[in-house]
Amino acid sequence: MTVTATTVALDTVVEAGDGALVTVPAGGRLQIVDLHGNQAVDTLFYDAHDIDNRYSAFDTIREQRAVFLTTGSRLVSTRRDELAVITDDTCGRHDTVGGACSQESNVIRYGEFTRHQHACRQTFLRYGAKVGIGQRQLTHNVNFFMNVPVTSSGGLTFEDGLSAPGKYVELTASRDLFVLISNCPQVNNPCNGWNPTPIQLLGWW
Amino acid sequence: MIAHAHEIPGDAAWSAPVRAGRTITLTALADGANASMLIIGADRLDRLNIPDTLKSQMSARIKPGMVLMSDRGLALATVTASSLDWHDCLTGAFPSRLLLLELIKHGFGETDLHACINFFSKVAVADDPRASLAFIPDHAHAGDTVTLRADQDLLIFISTAPHPLSDEPAASVAVQLETPANVKDPDLRDEAVRALRLTRELIG
Ligand SMILES: [Zn+2]
Repeated sequence: MTVTATTVALDTVVEAGDGALVTVPAGGRLQIVDLHGNQAVDTLFYDAHDIDNRYSAFDTIREQRAVFLTTGSRLVSTRRDELAVITDDTCGRHDTVGGACSQESNVIRYGEFTRHQHACRQTFLRYGAKVGIGQRQLTHNVNFFMNVPVTSSGGLTFEDGLSAPGKYVELTASRDLFVLISNCPQVNNPCNGWNPTPIQLLGWW
Repeated sequence: MIAHAHEIPGDAAWSAPVRAGRTITLTALADGANASMLIIGADRLDRLNIPDTLKSQMSARIKPGMVLMSDRGLALATVTASSLDWHDCLTGAFPSRLLLLELIKHGFGETDLHACINFFSKVAVADDPRASLAFIPDHAHAGDTVTLRADQDLLIFISTAPHPLSDEPAASVAVQLETPANVKDPDLRDEAVRALRLTRELIG
């Protein structure tokens, strides 16, 4: 943690289906606000000085011995370095098992008619390109505000969100980070309440 | 016909190409064995995608009758049989040193690490608000098996390091690659059937 100032460094709206690449310095706080409720925000984290040191969903799950993310969750990398900590959360829990939608996985799940619908992995590739994040660098993301119940019998479903207008999650960067965001355009399942909506990003550093 | 057989000692790693149509059978040679597997597809870019595999088949575990899917929505392999109905895929492998070295041998690197399957291991999920996890120590026993059918040319990477949440000693795992007469599809969900059909149309 090297930054303690609380200047508003970022205040922007990401439209439904759009994305963003945000550089957050160590100690910086990033708040993602679900402006209209039930909006999945697919997010990846990379060490800004070494993008191979990137978020690992399943190392994060194992280290906290729990599937869902919330306040106190440490987001760790494939090297088990701490990339960020969830320091505030008014939603309650977030998914990191469900991954991002893609044109290809939409075809498998919903059929050929979805082949040319916009999808999160298109957004990741578009916004990641400027810092060298390409197909090989993509990994399994966090889905803020998304509800993917996992059960003791080993089942998994996508359900209507637990979020509501104005709910937010706040992350504090443990090192300099690239935060790659896709504000999910999915309309074929309830992850966005069947209606993708804008989100707000607020940053202090 | 058995094409190739190998015994991976505990706490070791092994990798091999597997041609489309061949089967891969892993056998636990001691209680508490673990085989963490990564898979890379025929084009050397398309990798196993655990989230897509799980969400398209409504499962939080790997079990027989599932297709292991790639980033690009293709079938990598089909789990055709197993003596166990739960193989962990939610808790990764750590340290990844053993798997990473095998990746490097094939020209890959750290950026190609992806979520693995921990064959023979079970991490139970609680029905509590955070879906808490607990490693199940007495899950796999000597003689337990799992068989995959390669649905395209694959590179497979296996580490026999103990599951990262296990206290048990490392155990050996036998690998057998076979060229069988056509292996029929098991009962599959429609999503899995679509992935197999696309794979056969595009690169079959
Ligand atoms: Zn999406």
